[in-house]
Amino acid sequence: MPPIIDRNKCVGCGTCVDICNSNIFVFDRSVDTVPRVKFPDECWHCDSCVIDCPKGAVTLRIPLAYMLLHVDADTLKPREAK
Amino acid sequence: MLKFNDPISTDVLIVGGGIGGLCAAIASARAGASTLVAEKADTRRSGSGATGNDHFTCYYPKAHGENVDVILKELLNSLLGPWHDAKLSRRFLLESIHMVDRWHEWGINMKPFGDDYEFMGHAFPGRPRIFLKYDGHNQKQVLTRQAKKEGVKILNHHPVIDLVKADGEIAGALTLDVTGDVPSFTLIRAKKVILSTGTANRLYPAAGSPGWPFNTAFCPSCAGAAQAQAWRIGAKMVNMELPNRHAGPKFFARAGKSTWIGVYKYPDGKLLGPFVDKATRYVGDITCDVWNSAYTDVLLNGSGPAYIDCTKTGPEDLAFMKEGMISEGLTALVDYMERTGLDVSRHAVEFMQYEPHLIGRGLEIDIDGQTSVPGLYAAGDMVGNFRADIAGAAVYGWIAGGHAGTAASSCGFKDVEHSPWVEERAALYSSLFERDHGAAWKEANLALQQIMDSYAAAGPHRLRSATLLTAGLKYMADLRKNALSEIAVPDAHSLMRAIETLDLMDNGEIIMHAALERKETRGMHMRSDYTFTNPLLADKFLNVWQEDGRVCKQWRQRWN
Amino acid sequence: MPPFIHADRCTHCGMCATICPMNLFKQEKGQVPQVAYPEECWHCNACVLDCPVKAVELRLPLNYMVLHVDADTLHE
Repeated sequence: MPPIIDRNKCVGCGTCVDICNSNIFVFDRSVDTVPRVKFPDECWHCDSCVIDCPKGAVTLRIPLAYMLLHVDADTLKPREAK
Repeated sequence: MLKFNDPISTDVLIVGGGIGGLCAAIASARAGASTLVAEKADTRRSGSGATGNDHFTCYYPKAHGENVDVILKELLNSLLGPWHDAKLSRRFLLESIHMVDRWHEWGINMKPFGDDYEFMGHAFPGRPRIFLKYDGHNQKQVLTRQAKKEGVKILNHHPVIDLVKADGEIAGALTLDVTGDVPSFTLIRAKKVILSTGTANRLYPAAGSPGWPFNTAFCPSCAGAAQAQAWRIGAKMVNMELPNRHAGPKFFARAGKSTWIGVYKYPDGKLLGPFVDKATRYVGDITCDVWNSAYTDVLLNGSGPAYIDCTKTGPEDLAFMKEGMISEGLTALVDYMERTGLDVSRHAVEFMQYEPHLIGRGLEIDIDGQTSVPGLYAAGDMVGNFRADIAGAAVYGWIAGGHAGTAASSCGFKDVEHSPWVEERAALYSSLFERDHGAAWKEANLALQQIMDSYAAAGPHRLRSATLLTAGLKYMADLRKNALSEIAVPDAHSLMRAIETLDLMDNGEIIMHAALERKETRGMHMRSDYTFTNPLLADKFLNVWQEDGRVCKQWRQRWN
Repeated sequence: MPPFIHADRCTHCGMCATICPMNLFKQEKGQVPQVAYPEECWHCNACVLDCPVKAVELRLPLNYMVLHVDADTLHE
């Protein structure tokens, strides 16, 4: 769910933990060298952690329920013309 | 009882380090006051402006001419709505360009297209354009850096959970330290307090994802703290009964509709609105701003869905639109579209109307940004008698910060440490943490949304009435009782969310009290028992506030 | 959330875990069952009914509150 941290790229700087506006990460350096996404369903998907990670280690997965509904624009015409 | 840390003293306390809070803080520090920002998350990325914005309402005499009232009229006709005390809006407009100059000087690019300011979007064809288009992708970092440079202190991860009054005036605030797993309290003594906590989200079920409170267009950590906390100490609210609903892409709720350059269409290709048949970066399709119930209407009458079609927008304007989305902070959306192959030059994206939230509804302020509680100010989205979103937060933050900072020099600190109110509130919050098992805060939030949706619904097509609202107030009181006796939180973070939920209950009750008193239908406040719009109430605003545990209501004339 | 097992009364018989129509419980042999998927609880009360030592309590979530008024308020 929401932010995914690539353990191979993460350097444990804690930037994502500090700046997250929904406070969804926890980071206990005595337990792990990588922050943990403790409250994934509270993610706002604002992208801050992705933008601010100095190592590009964070990606954001958009939940399935957030799918952007769309159609091919050329279907927007009267029925008989389709 | 949870632990109290050593108290902190500051001349001016800012509650919430968003755009309004940081601008207020800088002005307060410049006025010579020691200034502290208490922030729930981290000011570099907090609130609805976290990753950016791109439209700043502004009166620029060089482009707009000398008559500010021409621009005031556009403001009241815009998505920012008609419910303003015009004297505040006029002061805002007159000072707006100076704020733009300051932002540009500090490092937010207000002139991304050349040597001068440009106005684009949220505009009617042939009418003055009042939205300055800017690149706000770094706005929160820049404002944070500038605040620190001016000597402002920032206390991150310390949400304010209650305000403290002494001798009828503001005296400080109680914060919750959420830096670790175990919460603690920090009491802040302040001569003046400025509230700037942003919009109130999570009040109604998320329109796209009911049952999932965090799919919101505005930051879901903003939960009506200012209205609730000020209400508890007797501040006057205004316009709380008038619902506002934003609109945008479906289902991923995100603000920034005017950043999309396209036209709205029915599936048969007909245009939804009468304004433009081709959109440009200067004038897009404003239908969404003035008829945002369109997306609900076309679903319920079967003629929908309604789409935004950007395929007739030229390639240069499409590239410009993508840049705009990045300036607006929509990178998660942009990345998602790229990953999934959603291409606006080929696809049309459905739009929807989002659930009601509070923006431009809440605290009544005077011309200097002060609320009805002496020494307590408010700036930004939670102000009820003036609204200009990003620009409104910035400019009125600046006005309030300057006034509070100056006024602080001539008054002293009051005693907050022996306040029975603080004792009572701290004991209540502590009890939720001390309970070893019970209800999750999210249940209470969902229950609140269910009650709001059933008994204080907003239009279109949904009605309120005296009997529904009365039942809603009764049920909300029951919910509060159940919540206080059952919620158990395992950590500081969850206690913060539980307190937000209690704040939202106050907001819900204020809305219902005010909605009962507005015995007419106006905008999306639709009464089955008063189906008409009463012209006698057109220039009247409704105040609600608490006095000695009693709810007071009063109509007043609009301030022109 | 939903079922709460009083560990001091539980005899680890595993009845609740066996009969739950939603398969909410996880149990290690000789341990108190864990409510592994509380949000999926249907609140059918089977675990409460079938526990031989009455160690299970069912708490209804706050948003399942049964809306009510005093009946004598129902007048003109």
